[in-house]
Amino acid sequence: MVLKKLFVWRSSCTCCNIFREKFLHVQKRHLHLSGVLETNEATFKKVLIANRGEIACRIIRTAKKMGIKTVAVYSVADSQAKHVKMADEAVFIGPSSAIESYLNVDKILEAVRKTNADAVHPGYGFLSENREFVKILESENVVFIGPTADAICRMGDKLESKRTALAAGVNVIPGCDRIVKDLHQCVRISRDIGYPVMIKASAGGGGKGMRVARNDQEAREGFLLASQEAKSGFGDDRLLIEKYVEDPRHIEIQILADTHGNVIYLNERECSIQRRNQKVIEEAPSVFLDKTTRRAMGVQSISLCKKLKYFSAGTIEFLIDKHKNFYFLEMNTRLQVEHPVTECTTGIDLVEQMFRIAKGHPLNISQEDIGINGWAIETRIYAEDPYKSFGLPSIGRLHEYKEPHHIPGVRCDSGVEEGSKISMYYDPLISKLICHGENRQEAIEKSIKALDSYVIRGITHNIPLLRDILMQDQYKKGSLSTSFLPEVYPEGFKGLNLQEKEKHKLVGVGCVLFAANQVRSRNFLNIFEFKKRSKVLQNWDLHVILGDEVFQVDVSDCNGRFVCKVDENVFNIDKSNINFAKPILELNINGEINIFQILSKNVTGVFELIFYGNNYKLKILSQKAVKYFSLIPKKTNNYKANKIKSPMSGLVKSVLCSEGDSVLDGQELCVLEAMKMQNLIVAPSSGKIKELNIEVGDKVSAGDVLIQLE
Amino acid sequence: MLLKNFYKLVLRSKGPINSNRNVETAAHSIKIFEKIKQKRQEALRGGGLERIENQHKKGKLTARERIDLFCDDESFVEYDMFMEHTCTDFGMDKRKFPGDSVVTGHGLVNGRPVFIFSQDATVFGGSLSSVHARKICKIMDQAISVGAPVVGLNDSGGARIQEGVESLAGYADIFQKNVLASGVIPQISLIMGPCAGGAVYSPAITDFTFMVEDTSCLFITGPDVIKSVTNEDVTSQELGGSKVHTEVSGVAHRSFENDIDALLQLREFMGFLPQSNQSPVPIRACDDACDSDVPVLETVIPPVTTAPYDMLDIILAIVDERDFFEIMPKYARNIIVGFARMNGRTVGIVANQPKVAAGCLDINASVKAARFVRFCDAFNISLITLVDVPGFLPGVHQEHNGCIRHGAKLLFAYAEATVPKLTVITRKAYGGAYITSSSKHLRGDVNYAWPSAEVAVMGAKSAASVLYKGKSNVDELEKEYIDKFTSPFSAAQKGYVDDIIEPRTTRWRLCRDLDLLETKKLTNPPKKHGNIPL
Repeated sequence: MVLKKLFVWRSSCTCCNIFREKFLHVQKRHLHLSGVLETNEATFKKVLIANRGEIACRIIRTAKKMGIKTVAVYSVADSQAKHVKMADEAVFIGPSSAIESYLNVDKILEAVRKTNADAVHPGYGFLSENREFVKILESENVVFIGPTADAICRMGDKLESKRTALAAGVNVIPGCDRIVKDLHQCVRISRDIGYPVMIKASAGGGGKGMRVARNDQEAREGFLLASQEAKSGFGDDRLLIEKYVEDPRHIEIQILADTHGNVIYLNERECSIQRRNQKVIEEAPSVFLDKTTRRAMGVQSISLCKKLKYFSAGTIEFLIDKHKNFYFLEMNTRLQVEHPVTECTTGIDLVEQMFRIAKGHPLNISQEDIGINGWAIETRIYAEDPYKSFGLPSIGRLHEYKEPHHIPGVRCDSGVEEGSKISMYYDPLISKLICHGENRQEAIEKSIKALDSYVIRGITHNIPLLRDILMQDQYKKGSLSTSFLPEVYPEGFKGLNLQEKEKHKLVGVGCVLFAANQVRSRNFLNIFEFKKRSKVLQNWDLHVILGDEVFQVDVSDCNGRFVCKVDENVFNIDKSNINFAKPILELNINGEINIFQILSKNVTGVFELIFYGNNYKLKILSQKAVKYFSLIPKKTNNYKANKIKSPMSGLVKSVLCSEGDSVLDGQELCVLEAMKMQNLIVAPSSGKIKELNIEVGDKVSAGDVLIQLE
Repeated sequence: MLLKNFYKLVLRSKGPINSNRNVETAAHSIKIFEKIKQKRQEALRGGGLERIENQHKKGKLTARERIDLFCDDESFVEYDMFMEHTCTDFGMDKRKFPGDSVVTGHGLVNGRPVFIFSQDATVFGGSLSSVHARKICKIMDQAISVGAPVVGLNDSGGARIQEGVESLAGYADIFQKNVLASGVIPQISLIMGPCAGGAVYSPAITDFTFMVEDTSCLFITGPDVIKSVTNEDVTSQELGGSKVHTEVSGVAHRSFENDIDALLQLREFMGFLPQSNQSPVPIRACDDACDSDVPVLETVIPPVTTAPYDMLDIILAIVDERDFFEIMPKYARNIIVGFARMNGRTVGIVANQPKVAAGCLDINASVKAARFVRFCDAFNISLITLVDVPGFLPGVHQEHNGCIRHGAKLLFAYAEATVPKLTVITRKAYGGAYITSSSKHLRGDVNYAWPSAEVAVMGAKSAASVLYKGKSNVDELEKEYIDKFTSPFSAAQKGYVDDIIEPRTTRWRLCRDLDLLETKKLTNPPKKHGNIPL
C-alpha cells in the first residue's frame, strides 16, 4: 500500500525520488509502527480550493492523489486557467478583480454550498488568513484546511502575535505595538523608535503593504502607500511600525502540528533573497544554520505552537543577524509559497499532512524522522521586467511555454500552460522552479541548467535576474542577506556581463544561425533549375553589433559543421542541431553542449538569442551592408524624454498632479496599481505638465503616454 | 589585358608595306577600347561624385549600390550601359551620361533570377527620358518571356521635361508593359526617392508597392502645385510620404526604415513568390513540425463572445516558425493579409482582426483583401482565410461611399479564385460577410469551424428584434435564436462547414489539406476577362 502510494507521489514530484529511495525504510518502519495506512484512512469527500494559479494546481494534485474530489473556483480572467481544467468541478465566482471574486467570502461560500464540498483549502494569500471566513466555515460544518480562526486571528495581528511569542519565550524585535492612526503619529513613532523603521500592514504578509522608511519624508510616503496596499490587498488598512533590522537573513521554520498536541519542525528555509520585501529565491537548508541554532529555532517554534494550541502547517519567520541572534518576525498560519523546498529535503507532502491533520488524524511522523536530504533551491519565475527596479510586472500571453521537466531532480509548480494569459489582476508569479541536488553546488548547477532550458515566450520574465543571482560568487558562497540585491546590483540589474570568450561564442552562434538561414533561403525543395547558376554559399565575412561592441566574424561551412572565427577564438559548431523552429537549441560547440534559445530572427540581421538566461540582441550584417550603412547618415530618433509612458499595464490609483502644474525632476505624478502592487510614476525631468491623459480608475497598457511635459 | 596586347601588336608590326595601315588600325582599336573603358567608368560614376555624395547625404544609396545590395554577390548582369538620351534641345546634346538615368539588367536573389531597373537620381534627377523608358521596357519584355519577376527601384523626379511628349510616350510604354505583365510575372515597386506625376501609375499598377520611410514620396501633384492651386501648405512627406500611403491612402503596401533594410526585406519577400504564373509556388525547407498539435490555439478565443482578441496570435501559431510577412499592416487594420509558409510552402493569409473595429468588413478592408486574393489567385498561391466577422460595417458614410460595390470586389475575388481555398471560422461569421469570406458557397475547398464558431444571418439580438418585433418575450426568443445559431452545428448539419475541429489541430489539418490540394484542377469558363466591380 505504502509503496503504491509512494509511486504515485513519485510521478508528480521527481525531486523527492532521491529522498524517498534513501529514506524509504525509515518511513516504512514508522508507518508500520504507527499502524496507520493512509490509504485506508478516512478523508474528505470533496475539497474546494479557494485559490487560483500554481497553488490551486498544487493542492489539486495532492487531493487527487488522496482520492479527494476537487472543486476549483474562477473569475472571468481565469475562466480558461489551468486550475479550472485540472479540477473535477469548477464554479464561476465573479469578475476578474480579486475583491469581487477570490476575496469575496459570500461567493466562495455559495460555491461551497452549491458543490457540497466538505472542506476548503485556502492555499496562500486571498482568504487563507481571513478569520471571518474560517468562522463561517466552522459554523457551516465545512472543514477549513488550516488552523482555527482564533489562531489565525492571534498570529495574523502583528501586535498580538508578538505578545504571544513573548509569552511563549520566543525572541522578538523591538518596536511599537500600537496601530498607527495618521501621518503625524507615524512620523512621531518612527522618530521614537529611531530610523530606519519598517511600516507594515497589521493584517499583511508576503511583503505586501510593507515599506522601509529612513527619514520623515519616507515615513510619510510609506504610510500612504502601505495603507493603500493594505486596503486593496487585505481590506484592512491598519499599520504598525517597528525597528528595521539591517542586513538580516530571513530564515523561517516550517512546522506541522496536529489536533492531538503533537508538533514537529521540518527545519528551516532560507528566504533572504528578496526584492521589495518579496522573496525571489529560497532554499533549504540554510548554509548559515548550525545544528544548535536550528534546534533552538525549532524548539522556540514548537513552544509558540503549543502555546497557541496551533494545528495544521505553519511557518515561523525569523530575522537572524550575523551573530546568529534570531528574532521572531511573524507566524504564517498557512501553506507558504516556498513550501516545496521543505518537501524536497524532507520528503513530506505538506498538503497531504494538512488534509490529514484537518481530518483529525495524528501526525504519522515524529521529530526523529525529519532529516535533511540534499539541498533544494526554489527560484520564483515572475512575469516581470527584471531590468526595471528588479522587476516591474508585465502582462501578456504565453504563446510558447515549456517547463524543463526533462532534467532529473526538477520540480515545476506552475498554474499556467501554453496559451495562458498573465493578467494584471493577480500576482505575476508564473511558476516556481524547484531543483533538488545532493548538495548545494549540485542544486545550483541544476537550477542554472533548468533556467536555461525553460521556454517562456510572450511575456517578459525575471529568469535573467534569477540566473545571474545563482551565478554570483556571493550567492555561491552562501553569504546572503535581505539586502543581497541592492548590494550586489547597486545600480539595479543591468543584465549579465559576459566574459570575452563567452561573448565571442554568442556572436559566433549568431553568425552561424545567420549563415544557416541564408543557406536555407535558397534551398527550395521544388525548384531545381536555378541551382546550377547560383553559387553555393560557403564563406561569410560578417560584421556583428552587440550593444556598443562590434565584432568581425568569419564563418565557413565545412563537412557538416560551421567553423566560426571571432578574433582569436575559433568555434566548431555542429550543423545537425541547428533548427529554427525548436525553442531550445542544444548546440555542440567545440565538443561541448551549449544551450541557446532563439527569440526572434529577422532578415535585416537582427537575431535575439537567449544565452546564459539573458536576452541578447545581435545585429548581423554582411560587409556589403556595413559598407552601405557607413555611406548614409544615421537616422536620428525623434525620441522625446518629455513623454511619460506607462512602464506596465495597470490601473491608475491616484493622480498627484494636474495640467499646467510645474513639476520637478523626480516628483511623483501618479500611482499605478498592477498585480496588486502600487507603483509610483515620477517625472523624468523638470517641466510643466502639458497634457494629462489619465484619470483615477483608468486602465492603461505598457507604453501608453500618461502625461506629457512641455 | 587586351589593350596591352594591342600595344605589343603595334610595336611588333614593323613591316615596311603595311606598317602605316597597321599602326592606324591598331591605334583605332586602342582608341575604341579606351573609349569603351572610359564610357563604362563614366556609366559607373552616374551623375558624378558630387551628386553621389549628395545622394548619400540625403540618406539614399545610389542606383548601383542598391542593385549590388539587392542581388546575390556578383550576380548582376547589366543591359544598355551605353544608351544615351537623344534630346538635342536646351543644350541637352552636350550633357550626356552613358546609360542615362536608369540602370537595368537581371540578377539573382537567393539563387533565383529577377529583372531589375533602378532609377539613378544622380543623373538628371532620375528623370524619365525616352531612352530611360526603352531600357525599362526591354527588361520587362524579357522578364515576361523568361518568366521572372520585375523589381523596380524608383527614385525619379518625373518626366524629362526637355524631351516633352517623348518622355510622356515613354511612361505610356511602361504602363502598357506593366499591364501586360500583370498576372504573368510578379511586379514589385520599391519607392526609394521621389516618384511624382505620371510616374506614380507604374508602381500603382504593379502588384506591390513598398516605400522607404522619410526619403520617399508618391504624389500626382506636388506641394508647389497644390500651393498655387488651392493655397494649401503641405510638405512632400505630409502629402505623399510613407506614413500617408501605408496608413491613410493604402497606396503603398509597407514601408521600411532605410534603403538597406528595405532591400534586405525585399529579398526576403521575393522568397515567398513564384517566378511567374507558370512556375510552381516555392517550397522552402521547413524545420517546424507540421504533424503535431498546437495547444496554444485553444485559449486564443476569449470565453466572452464579445471580447476582442488578436487574430495575429492565431496566424503566428499556425504558420511555420511564426514567420508572417504582413502586407499593409497599418491600413484597414480590421483585416490582416500577408504571406507565410505552411510546411515550407507559400500561402496567402486573409484574416479578420477582431481587435480592430470588431473585425468587420468595410470599404477599405474589402478592397485591401480583394486585391490580395486576386494576387494569390493569379500566382497559384493557396489562400487560407480565418473568419471572425460580425458583418459589413453599417453606416451612412459607408453606404454613401459605395460599400456595396467595394464589398462586391472581395466577393468577386473569392468567387473567381481557383487556387486551393481553405477557411477556418474561428468565431463569428454573419450575414453577407460570411458568404464573402471564402465560404463553401464560393467554392471553398475545405471549410472548418472551431467550436466557438457562430454561423448566422446576424447577431442573436438583432435577429430576435427583427423576427419578434413588438413581442413581449423578445429576450426569451433571443435565447432560442442563440441556441439555434450561435454554434457551428447549424452550418455543419447542412454541410456548409466540412468539420468542426479542435483549435489545436488546425495547423496540421491545413498542412495536410494543402498537400492534398496541390493537384487541384479548376478552371473558370473561357472569357476575355471578368468584369470585377471596380
